[in-house]
Amino acid sequence: MAAIAALGETPAAASASHPSGMQARRRRRLNLFRYVVFTVFGLFFLLPLLAMARFSLEGAKLGTWSLTAWREITSFQSDGVPPLASSIEITLELAVITCVIVLALLVPTMIWIRLRVQWLARTMEVLCLLPLTIPAIVLVVGLGPIYNRIQHYSVSSLMLFWIYVILALPYAYRALAAGLSAIDVTTLSEAARSLGASWFTVIVRVIAPNMREAILNALLLTWALVLGEFTIAYLLLYNNLQEELFSISRNTPNAGVIFSTSFAALMFAFVLLLILSFVGRRRGRG
Amino acid sequence: MTSSPVTRTQDGAARTAVEVRMEGLSRHYGPVVALDRLDLTLHPGELIALLGPSGCGKTTTLRLLAGLEDADSGYISVGGKDITRVSAAKRDMGMVFQAYSLFPHMTVRQNVAFGLRLRRVDAAKRDRRALEMLDLVGLSTQADRYPHQISGGQQQRVALARALAIEPQVLLLDEPLSALDAKVRAQLRDEIRRIQLEVGITTLFVTHDQEEALAIADRVGVMREGHLEQLAPPIEVYSRPATSFVAEFVGLSNRLSGTVRGGDVTVRGCTLPLVERDTPDGEVVALVRPEAVSLASLTSPQSGPLVGTVIAVTFLGATSRVTVDLGDASIMAQLQTSDATELSAGSRVTLTIRPDPVLVSGSSAAADSPAEAEA
Repeated sequence: MAAIAALGETPAAASASHPSGMQARRRRRLNLFRYVVFTVFGLFFLLPLLAMARFSLEGAKLGTWSLTAWREITSFQSDGVPPLASSIEITLELAVITCVIVLALLVPTMIWIRLRVQWLARTMEVLCLLPLTIPAIVLVVGLGPIYNRIQHYSVSSLMLFWIYVILALPYAYRALAAGLSAIDVTTLSEAARSLGASWFTVIVRVIAPNMREAILNALLLTWALVLGEFTIAYLLLYNNLQEELFSISRNTPNAGVIFSTSFAALMFAFVLLLILSFVGRRRGRG
Repeated sequence: MTSSPVTRTQDGAARTAVEVRMEGLSRHYGPVVALDRLDLTLHPGELIALLGPSGCGKTTTLRLLAGLEDADSGYISVGGKDITRVSAAKRDMGMVFQAYSLFPHMTVRQNVAFGLRLRRVDAAKRDRRALEMLDLVGLSTQADRYPHQISGGQQQRVALARALAIEPQVLLLDEPLSALDAKVRAQLRDEIRRIQLEVGITTLFVTHDQEEALAIADRVGVMREGHLEQLAPPIEVYSRPATSFVAEFVGLSNRLSGTVRGGDVTVRGCTLPLVERDTPDGEVVALVRPEAVSLASLTSPQSGPLVGTVIAVTFLGATSRVTVDLGDASIMAQLQTSDATELSAGSRVTLTIRPDPVLVSGSSAAADSPAEAEA
């Protein structure tokens, strides 16, 4: 006590400063914990990627560098396998078509259900989430006859969009539902209606712009799903990028090619999603 | 309130305020009767406040008038034109909501101009009109801000400007002040009234706050269980309530047991005239306003016939509320604070009841207590 008094600090002030010291220590510990977690998880994700990249650049002799495996992907030729560029093109087209259809289907329907037929909301949710519970193989078996008929007319792999729309529904629905619940849809629509807006105007010019983040999230999830989809394309004998990369890695004796294709597939999806996310959110802020 | 105020439109053309008529309006939600054959007429340029407890049908009335809900039966006309089956978008009514209803992705100016944009008013005129309206509500300096950058009171002002920008025939206000704090609320209430008088627009104002209704309206409609109990100027609703429900709902009332005889009621030795002179003789509960009760000290020359002990003195600002124990009952008096300064709990006082006309209710079961009105 004497020491405290000598420092010109009252006991009350000392006890008051005590919690702030504890808080500072706790904050430091928390920050340290954050850095450790961030580093561990960063390494967990990055190390395999870096190892994969390094292995894909391995030369003929151990410890040398070479682009042979990457050249082999781009110049790969085999019967029944289209060029890589064509697969990339088809996959991108599929992603665009699927995104457009999913958003065009879900956004107005969900807003309309929220505004006018709320009793249908539960049914809509169940329907949209249903694909999550159905394994890909069951979907393929179920849709097989339809796709057999489609293939009969020799149409391109773009026809995969039907099934991709179904697959993307749960993810897009969840993202949009979260956005929709974050705004007071009823009041906004009533305000717009009282000012003379038609239902179309309410949806397009009042509600949808306030769901921009949710729409972007739905878009990203759908995009990611299409870019990463392999099973259904493979089982239905269609070619997309994933299936093409799998074919290349299967038809080459060079192990480096397998790693370069895997790395390429991951990077392709990652970079595209990053661009989409960055562009969308920057526009959102603007 | 029978004259038709003339206002100027954005083109400078004269525009006459319209009459709104609702006849036999009913609305049910399943077995619940929200509105039961309501008849209500708003005179041109008049502001009517609908007041009542939760679930009395006041908001339903406003929503039916706005076209946001459909009536089960009945008729609505504006300016003599039947709009019962006209959609909300085509009713030409401006509405301010209880919840903040500005479009979050638009600036204040864009919000105000939204209705004009839908009416294809050209950009320059639209902008000028939006600024005029913002000026009217004192927010022209906030035109380029987004709703989240302004306060709740300012948001409601913008909502009012947006509703008025389209020059609606009728203005509908659905508890627009209920989300605001007391000071802003009082300011905005006065501002709404000023603007309504300036624009001269027929207005329906829904509120559960009796002070708000009495302060702002030309006439107050007190609603209960889907019908109007009374529609009259504020002073009349307060001083000559049509029913015991109105008397109890608007303001505070003491419920005192008494005996009716020959059109008067005798309450604790004081004879008071009845509002309804034809009330049959018998035991009743008289509803006496606290401000009709005056107090004096035992030694005062103005001492009254009743004697009691002060239980509590509640300071309300300019006035104070004093609760007095009469032995077998308690009674509430509302005095000027200057008259109540010498009173404290335990003081002995005499009471006088001013012979204002009072209402009675049939049963005396719950009598002899100060009944606090529920808003």
